[in-house]
Amino acid sequence: MSTVIMNKDKNVSNHHQKLTLAKFKPKQKIVYQTNNLNLWYDDVHALKNINLSIGHQEVTAIIGPSGCGKSSFLKTLNRMVELVPGVRITGDITYSGKNILSKSFSVEELRTQVGMVFQKPNPFPKSIYENIAYGPKIHGIRNKKILNEIVEHSLRRAYLWDDVKDRLKQNAYDLSGGQQQRLCIARCLAINPDVILMDEPTSALDPNSTLQIEELIKDLKKEYSIVIVTHNMQQAARISDKTAFFLHGEVIEYDQTNLIFSNPVDKRTSDYINGDFG
Amino acid sequence: MELNNNIKKDKTLNVRDLINERKKSKTISQYIEKMVPHFLKIVTAISILTTCFIVFTLLTETVSFFKQVPLLDFFSGTKLKPLSQNPEFGILPLVIGTLYSSLIAMIVAAPIGLMSAIFLSEYASDNLRKIMKPLLEILAGIPTIVYGFFAFTFVTPLLKMFVPGLETTNILSPGIVMGIMIIPMIASLSEDAMHSVPNSIREGALALGATKLEVTLRVVIPAALSGIISSFVLAISRAIGETMIVTIASGSSKQLTFDITQSMQTMTAYIVEVTSGDAAAGSTIYYSLYAVAMTLFIFTLLMNLFARYISKRFREEY
Repeated sequence: MSTVIMNKDKNVSNHHQKLTLAKFKPKQKIVYQTNNLNLWYDDVHALKNINLSIGHQEVTAIIGPSGCGKSSFLKTLNRMVELVPGVRITGDITYSGKNILSKSFSVEELRTQVGMVFQKPNPFPKSIYENIAYGPKIHGIRNKKILNEIVEHSLRRAYLWDDVKDRLKQNAYDLSGGQQQRLCIARCLAINPDVILMDEPTSALDPNSTLQIEELIKDLKKEYSIVIVTHNMQQAARISDKTAFFLHGEVIEYDQTNLIFSNPVDKRTSDYINGDFG
Repeated sequence: MELNNNIKKDKTLNVRDLINERKKSKTISQYIEKMVPHFLKIVTAISILTTCFIVFTLLTETVSFFKQVPLLDFFSGTKLKPLSQNPEFGILPLVIGTLYSSLIAMIVAAPIGLMSAIFLSEYASDNLRKIMKPLLEILAGIPTIVYGFFAFTFVTPLLKMFVPGLETTNILSPGIVMGIMIIPMIASLSEDAMHSVPNSIREGALALGATKLEVTLRVVIPAALSGIISSFVLAISRAIGETMIVTIASGSSKQLTFDITQSMQTMTAYIVEVTSGDAAAGSTIYYSLYAVAMTLFIFTLLMNLFARYISKRFREEY
């Protein structure tokens, strides 16, 4: 575990290798592909025939007005949506070649590879250290030295290490809102996922903390595929490579972010982007 | 539009006049308003003063007892023979009886109560929880004399089939029944504590690939620990103070023994026995009541203080 993480470090030679590799990377490597995805909450049809592919090591933004299904879509990607009573899903979602909606697919396995950051920071009521170590621990990593290494690395990666290195034993709720959210991101990085899902991660934060998280996201996309739900269109424009516009449970438009914002095809997209509704 | 405005204005004027008129006749209600806090203060003082008075009486009578029986003999004496020619007043047999019955009760109640709480809070559907929790709490409403009768006429004969040498009155049976009695207390209070852990925290753990059991054991229970521990401590102090069940089912043997198949008397049962006999006021045996009651009071007071300390000390902020 630790060695894998080390490879993902800012280690210069590795980083360089990654950048050179990126040049030869096929342009459209896909991590997620949904086919005719439909979702109901009891009788409410919340997602309608979603066919969407999510690119490897890209930031995909999902925008749309409240209740358009953007959060439901995000939570379907790690099957957290199944916690809602009365939910029903049809269609399929392929994640690295496997249909994650099939009964035989282990959700725990999926969520180990697909991390999630929530709207409101939700650290555990434990110490900062324990918050980060929790994930590795439940997946069987007991060695103190390795855990220490993971904690330090994850906190450094989320630019939180310098703020908290002297008070790792303190309760996570002593941190500010922005720090708590970066802690949640670090917690998610600690189990070294491939994909990070973010559900309006900055909506509860002040502008300064928001900026820090956005910088972090831009940085993380070098190593992770990120899907971010946001109601802040400037944010989508600033940090994402691709943007999907959801409305009433449907994908209205999905394209390169610059195209969506400069030259939307659908009138509803341009109306939403121009702030005519939403 | 204009008409509407007029009506509105008229109405406001009318209401204002009415209020002003009422104000003039308000002197009595104003007086009541002023007196209410004083009245409530007196009512509150009554209950606090009563408590103080009880403690004061306990203290003075206990002091009289210790004038007749040395303090050390009382707390270290292994023999309790209040009615013999040479009476001895060692409280240890009663302390052991009380500790044993409470311990047996907790051995029964702690795991069952906690597991029920886990089921209700984490696994049961909302509907099932809404039905089962009140049902469980009904157990707490059964009068203790019924439990005592249940212990004596049902549990003891039942236990006799499995436990050889079990006396007709013994500490095991009332201990178990007392445990059954405090299960709802532990289950209900622990469930409250676990249920108030925000869902967002559970989701955070589930999103890391934790299983439901891992979330329960390593996130929810630690987060609710202060509530769970204080439910345990409250249950223990309830068991220490419990009277009827042990009086009926454990007999009145004052022998110091560590054998749970034997009859043991608890502090509470001793008080019942002595007060229902005819101990003359001013006799040593009469004063011994107060000394035992004082000891009991200190026990439960310490437990309650401990519960308060625990719930403050281990409160996890979220």
